[in-house]
Amino acid sequence: MLRIEGVHTFYGAIEALKGVDLHVEEGEIVAMIGANGAGKSTLLMTICGVTPARRGQIVFDSNDITAERTDNIVRRGIACSPEGRRIFPRMSVLENLRMGALTSDPARYDDNLATVFELFPRLKEREGQRGGTLSGGEQQMLAIGRALMSEPTLLLLDEPSLGLAPLVVKQIFEAIHRINSQRRMTVLLVEQNAHHALRLAHRGYVMVTGQITMTGTGRELLENPEVKAAYLEGGHA
Amino acid sequence: MSTSTVEAARPGLEAVLKELCLTALAGLALTVPLVAYETIDAAGGLQLASRWGSTIFIVVMLVLGRFGIILLRTPGRESWVAIGGGIAAAIGVLDLFRDGMTHLLGIISWPAITPTYTLSFLTGVGGAILAIRAIVQVSRRNSSTTKADRDARAEAIGDQVRKLVKVFAAIAVVFALTLPFLPFSNRYVIDVATLIVTYVMLGWGLNIIVGYAGLLDLGFVAFYAVGAYSYALAAQHLGISFWLALPFAGLLAASFGLILGFPVLRLRGDYFAIVTLGFGEIVRIVLINWYDVTNGPDGISGIPRPDFFGLASMTRNGSDGLPPFHEYFGLEYSSEHRIIFLYYLIVAMAALVALFTVRIRKLPIGRAWEALREDDIACASLGINRTTIKLAAFGISAAWGGFAGAFFATRQGFISPESFTFIESAIILAIVVMGGMGSLVGIAIAALLLIGLPEVFRDLAEYRMVAFGAGLVMIMIWRPRGLLSHREPSVLLANRPPPGPGRPSTRPVAAAGEAAE
Repeated sequence: MLRIEGVHTFYGAIEALKGVDLHVEEGEIVAMIGANGAGKSTLLMTICGVTPARRGQIVFDSNDITAERTDNIVRRGIACSPEGRRIFPRMSVLENLRMGALTSDPARYDDNLATVFELFPRLKEREGQRGGTLSGGEQQMLAIGRALMSEPTLLLLDEPSLGLAPLVVKQIFEAIHRINSQRRMTVLLVEQNAHHALRLAHRGYVMVTGQITMTGTGRELLENPEVKAAYLEGGHA
Repeated sequence: MSTSTVEAARPGLEAVLKELCLTALAGLALTVPLVAYETIDAAGGLQLASRWGSTIFIVVMLVLGRFGIILLRTPGRESWVAIGGGIAAAIGVLDLFRDGMTHLLGIISWPAITPTYTLSFLTGVGGAILAIRAIVQVSRRNSSTTKADRDARAEAIGDQVRKLVKVFAAIAVVFALTLPFLPFSNRYVIDVATLIVTYVMLGWGLNIIVGYAGLLDLGFVAFYAVGAYSYALAAQHLGISFWLALPFAGLLAASFGLILGFPVLRLRGDYFAIVTLGFGEIVRIVLINWYDVTNGPDGISGIPRPDFFGLASMTRNGSDGLPPFHEYFGLEYSSEHRIIFLYYLIVAMAALVALFTVRIRKLPIGRAWEALREDDIACASLGINRTTIKLAAFGISAAWGGFAGAFFATRQGFISPESFTFIESAIILAIVVMGGMGSLVGIAIAALLLIGLPEVFRDLAEYRMVAFGAGLVMIMIWRPRGLLSHREPSVLLANRPPPGPGRPSTRPVAAAGEAAE
């Protein structure tokens, strides 16, 4: 579904991605784990076209999207829930969701809204409240819900557990699991919380300073002694 | 504030005297160099004149004010401060309007207590502030409310205000429509009202860039100037009538908006503001220097007045083969017809902007603007083409500025680059920010205050700008997000009533709020 080959991304002279290869197949949850500054978020932004790749190729549904504009990439069916949630604080929950639906068919707006409310009943309760007054977990739900409103076929999630209490993290990951199993949504997830991410994911990649160093199924990586030492011990949440 | 504050130890006489002496010294240190001497032009050069009267007055007032503040620290003495402050405020106000009252009421002038108008003003304001503080302190002590209670009450008042805003808006519209026929209205009132509505329209136009798209534009006056000059030049060289030139002026201003939009698309925040500031200045300087076309600093005069929709002329004897307005309608001639016509013209144009804004807010592009203001990056990740919507905001905003400019040109009959200086941009921006960005009613109220009050206080001569500044500071202290900062959501669930009163619109952010459930 998504194939990335030899992608290099630069911030000025700094090379953030040094030749990344990965693929995501339909119906999978793929987790990308790595330390701070490894280039995980850059990878998602490169896929979305916010920081375009200087070399390499990104192919989505057999279309080359390497040099496309972000809004066209979203129209092709990739939705992104950016790092730090980035909901619209002064807009109501409903307005935030409405913003996600700009690129989808207005006729299916009601259905999509019902789907999101079914997935996150909490959002329906808070429907008229301003986004900025939600709790961290609710904001994350809103960010995911907003991304789903564009009817994507591939959902990109950047650190959905960032700054959330352990119990809330669990809820969010359960919701991602349901999106994948019930809605057959393909998910590419970037996480520092390796334990949760790898348990949820079908496959995983480990990124270190702009390169992929390891790959395997979620279980394989969870049991890999190197991964354990670097990302799981102590960081267990 | 709780009632049971431990009674502060009453400061000793010595401490009080020490504080008052320090105040007097500080006052002297500040006033002697600034106030005590002034240079005056006299035969044979500059001479020094002393103003010891003012200096001593200022120092005495400072000491008295300080004494008031000291008294406020001891509970039970508020009434003294309230009375003293009230007296000072009354003296200030009476002295301030002494001349005006003498003229108006024919009362014989009384000797002023305060030496100058500035000092009358400062005495009045200072006294009022002290008195208000004393009263607030007493009422807080007597009511056993906590801060939470007061917040809740403020919230409830806010809900009431929100409901009243609609009523108020309706009354304002009726008032605006009937104004020329109200008993007290005369040529002056209608002129001031026309000026205010022009600024309301400009504010609503700028609101699209600043209030909705969240881009700080410091050069809005450029579009106003483009509109004014395009009508003036078109009328003068091509003989085009106002009604044909109006869309032309709007389009030209819009294309200037797009021209400015392209280079600044990549900029954000401060950098964006600086470039728009530069653009405003470029337009003004081109107008000054391009003498062959714009007639430079001399400006363009004799700009024709608009006719009555091509049916009648608004001049006394008719022009361009059109009959004069009063003959066409069989009325007595009155020079006020033209003034009233211009007033209704700008009201209609402003109404058009308002309707457009209310409508576009609920369309995808309006939502995209607000999203852009809230979070630029999130916008991109939702598939919004930021380039297009920024350009649209610029173009539309500029078009409204251009319409207002054309109106300005036809109303004044004379334009020059002096009308389009940075201060105009600043005033329009202040109206938008004071009103509460994005709130049409708020902006209208702010325009009324910022344009109307300096007119009302013409008696204060140059000191009215001091009052103007004080007003701005007060709004920023008490309403930091603007007069009406509440934002109505543009989407509501079909089967659910809009949020009613008592429903909390703010809730403390609880990071792990879910943990409890």
